[in-house]
Amino acid sequence: MSAAVHEPEPQEPRVNYLNATYGIRSWLLTRDHKRIALLYLASITFFFFLGGFFALLIRLELLTPQGDLVQAETYNKLFTMHGVVMIFFFLIPSIPAVLGNFLIPMMIGAKDLAFPRLNLLSWYIYIVGAFFTLWAVVHGGVDTGWTFYTPYSTATSNSQVITTAVGIFITGFSSILTGLNFIVTIHTMRAPGMTWFRLPLFVWSHYATSLIFVLGTPVIAVTVLMVFVERVLHLGLFDPALGGDPILFQHLFWFYSHPAVYIMILPAMGVISEVVTTFSRKNIFGYRIMAYAVISIAVLGFLVWGHHMFVSGQSVYAGMIFSILSFFVAIPSAVKVFNWTATMYKGSISYRTPMLYAFGFIGLFTIGGLTGLFLATLGVNVHVHDTYFIIAHFHYIMVGGAIMGYLGGIHYWWPKISGKLYPEAWARFAALVVFIGFNLTFFPQFILGYLGMPRRYHAYPPEFQVLNVMSTAGASILGAGYIIPMIYLVWSMRYGRNAPANPWGSTGLEWKTTSPPPTDNFAEPPVMTEDPYLYSREEVEIVG
Amino acid sequence: MADAATTGAPGAAASRRLQHQFESPAQQKDAASLGMWIFLVTEILFFGGLFLAYTIYRWENARSFAHASLHMDIALGTINTVVLICSSLTMAMAVHSAATGKKRLLIGFLIATMLLGGAFLGIKAVEYTDHIRHHLFPGPGFHYTVPADARAAEMFFSLYFAMTGLHALHMVVGLGLLTTLLVMARRGRFSPEYHTPVEISGLYWHFVDIVWIFLFPLLYLIGRHLK
Repeated sequence: MSAAVHEPEPQEPRVNYLNATYGIRSWLLTRDHKRIALLYLASITFFFFLGGFFALLIRLELLTPQGDLVQAETYNKLFTMHGVVMIFFFLIPSIPAVLGNFLIPMMIGAKDLAFPRLNLLSWYIYIVGAFFTLWAVVHGGVDTGWTFYTPYSTATSNSQVITTAVGIFITGFSSILTGLNFIVTIHTMRAPGMTWFRLPLFVWSHYATSLIFVLGTPVIAVTVLMVFVERVLHLGLFDPALGGDPILFQHLFWFYSHPAVYIMILPAMGVISEVVTTFSRKNIFGYRIMAYAVISIAVLGFLVWGHHMFVSGQSVYAGMIFSILSFFVAIPSAVKVFNWTATMYKGSISYRTPMLYAFGFIGLFTIGGLTGLFLATLGVNVHVHDTYFIIAHFHYIMVGGAIMGYLGGIHYWWPKISGKLYPEAWARFAALVVFIGFNLTFFPQFILGYLGMPRRYHAYPPEFQVLNVMSTAGASILGAGYIIPMIYLVWSMRYGRNAPANPWGSTGLEWKTTSPPPTDNFAEPPVMTEDPYLYSREEVEIVG
Repeated sequence: MADAATTGAPGAAASRRLQHQFESPAQQKDAASLGMWIFLVTEILFFGGLFLAYTIYRWENARSFAHASLHMDIALGTINTVVLICSSLTMAMAVHSAATGKKRLLIGFLIATMLLGGAFLGIKAVEYTDHIRHHLFPGPGFHYTVPADARAAEMFFSLYFAMTGLHALHMVVGLGLLTTLLVMARRGRFSPEYHTPVEISGLYWHFVDIVWIFLFPLLYLIGRHLK
């Protein structure tokens, strides 16, 4: 094994971060990055199921062509709140705030993040923002779409725009603080010998993500602030009556919200890189290129926002430039997919649950990415703009990509987080259910969109019903696929077998310490003496 | 950095302030200043949205913006600029006093910085009151003497209030930081080995100052050639 620091003995009852202190105060006032990660885990799980509940109502309405379950206005609020909750309160914090928080200090051999108090503060900021948004949900909801396009959001909509906007504004600062904390930690807290090119790719992808947090989130914050002052103080920053330009809002909004997509997918790529090498028993193919690829995705991500605005009144030349730049994103993305595949090639693959999610991720991300190229093509984009084709495309990235990566990561590191092994058979079954449910839900939507069904309508022509019924049926299966892990993971915390320090025979520093780790992560400060991912060197039995 | 653990024996005051996650005071200081610099980057992007809006709208209404800018009180604006630059000087002196361990000077310079910052906000309040009295606050009460320019002028004042308001809010936060520093300084928390809070608050204060250096010409001076 690499970087032999100390090999912990198999399970003995002892002090770890979970049982070091007891009581609600010891959790709510904790500065331990691992406990803060669990606070995030609980809160984002709540929002995941809340957002899922809205999705359920959307799919039930679309079971029949008539708008019979809810009225059009209610439907507008449902898809808006589904988007707001899922994006700002689940997907964006999901992997960074839970797995990143938990793992980055351990992966680089540190005792904690650089700013533990700031880390706790960012959770509280998230919770305050979440309360504003929940208040808006309870008091009638918001109906602008998660994009808050002006002038509808500033002048026309009578729903809870302000409250929701304030919630998003506040939550944004939690992202900024998390990103800032990660960047400083990765720069200043690395263990001796942990050079930049010995960092696990999970850390690299979180570094790239943090760049987007830090450079993008302030822009959405000021944009939301501008909508706020326009609605409340009547400063007409986007108001055409005062010479303001609603298109400027779209530019500012997508300047953040396109990179935000990479906030969701880059951490998932980090997870997949770890999982694929571990369960292929092979060094990652093209380590440096993989590191450069995540950075270039983050950088290119800032240059392509205009592809959301091909039909918004942006100039044709701007459209062409944005179209070409969007194609460039495909290059580092394809590098990632090819290198994962090459890593598996002639590897000794074990079909553990995290690996199943990795397979799912690679396939679905490829479909989502390639359909993204359809959408980056100006002519095709005009044809399928605002149809279910778009919906299917970004759900392949966000659900098929980001959530598969998240679930794969939760399973992979569950022994480290909880100190328990999850039931493998159930977990494999659930991964399969998620994969089937996902494809049944979203593949028909590609066809629906191509046939011309527009997004954001609660009723549709009868000829679209068969595909919509398939999609709703798939959504029910997908929902079940998400509830099963919820049950057995909670079950395993009490009844699961004790996990050894390193159940998968992984190489990372986080596996050198006990499961679950002590509050300070390592019994003695680790030293990194060799490159990461030296898997092919010796036979290690996977005991998990 | 990665090898910071090898740094030699720290001063007593500094090691008292060393938080558990760090190996050495040097590492802690590196982390704090890098953190503040990154925070300032986010601030640049935060203000950037408004500067972008200003750029676009001024480009579309160059003449009307220049005329509207003549409604600014150039004397008060200039005084405020001087006040703020002086406050940056006293802040820099405060950091220097902290680094050389001169407690009384540190307290004096912190108080001077706060007084100057307070003076800036006071003058800004006078200007705001004037504008509002002259019906220059955007919205239903907005009234402008040249009807043809009224639309663009209202946009100019929208930007004026949004940008200077956001800047003033940052000044208020800065005054809060200075108050904290003052309390800490009086309790003798700072030493030549440990004065990171003074240093990074200084960075923040200078940043807010620099934002004003951009706001002043963009809002007060663009119409001067018309006089």
